Amino acid sequence: MVTRLAKRTVEVPVHVPDGFIDAPLSVVGGVIATVGVGVCLRGARRELDEKTAPLAGLVAAFVFALQMLNFPVALGTSGHLLGGTLAAVLVGPYTGALCVTVVLTVQALFFADGGTTALGINITTMAIVTTVVGYGIVVLLRALLPSRPASVVPAAFVGALISVPVSALAFVGFYALGGTTGLSLGGVLVAMVGVHVLVGIGEAVITALTVGSVVTVRPDLVYATRSYEQPLEIRHTEQAA
Amino acid sequence: MTDRASSGKRNRVFLLACLAIALLLAGVVSSYASSEPDGLNKVAADKGFDVNVQDHDLDGSPLAGYATSGVDNPRLSKGLSGVLGVFITLLLGAGLFAIASRRSRDSGGPGAKGGPDPARRT
Repeated sequence: MVTRLAKRTVEVPVHVPDGFIDAPLSVVGGVIATVGVGVCLRGARRELDEKTAPLAGLVAAFVFALQMLNFPVALGTSGHLLGGTLAAVLVGPYTGALCVTVVLTVQALFFADGGTTALGINITTMAIVTTVVGYGIVVLLRALLPSRPASVVPAAFVGALISVPVSALAFVGFYALGGTTGLSLGGVLVAMVGVHVLVGIGEAVITALTVGSVVTVRPDLVYATRSYEQPLEIRHTEQAA
Repeated sequence: MTDRASSGKRNRVFLLACLAIALLLAGVVSSYASSEPDGLNKVAADKGFDVNVQDHDLDGSPLAGYATSGVDNPRLSKGLSGVLGVFITLLLGAGLFAIASRRSRDSGGPGAKGGPDPARRT
């Protein structure tokens, strides 16, 4: 017991540990995650080539680094990047979800962060839900905003902002069906979504700053700007000639 | 040819710069991050749905809790674990995505039925 307490005070783990959600729902989370990762592996084939594969590995490493940077959101509470929207905008939604999955797996297996039986729940809520919601909003807003690469920055901001409370909502869904403590669901829902609206603001700022930097330096490497690439490339060749 | 070579070099410079930033964030900046519980764990403690929490199966592993076992200085311990984490994630990610992208090129080709291994032997 003493070692357990000592370990806890070293650094606060940040993902869903074992024991929050019961075994049957952890299995459900595992099944959803497995199917989701399978779908992503198929989808990622279309997004990846020799040029983007190393970039995708680096995006995973970058998300790992950013997830270590807990920022204060309220008194006695911190938040950290989830990274689904960021990764999806940079390397595509399927590859992006796989990036976050790699991060969560490394954290569970090497850093004792996020339970091993809760890994499916963590992958479902933080890799799959965030990329589906975040990238979905990016695609929607991209259609409404002017057709230039810089438009993905505000789109990514809003996508990231909304993806975090929706991810928290997905966790509450797991808790509603398989929570190990019989608490009032309304209280948990309000507290989880409330805090994660604040965390979402941090997620949005970090995502927009990172996407904005890459769009400025290498717009050609941002997946979400691929639909704008053709007119840009033509202009570039004309200038070169 | 030269265009492709210079774009390859540009990519390498960009990737190395990104890796350097990631290492700086995980290795140095992480020591200045908030150590308050995150949203999930704060709500869990406040509401009380953390009462059945179990110890992590791998609590004794060398990097458990973002600390490097055997390194006493807390900043060094966390920073080193972050640097190692960046490299572990990069290796696993790059490996996974290299396999996934290779599979895409194989299945796109005409003689892809035999899988990647026979193709590599030739």
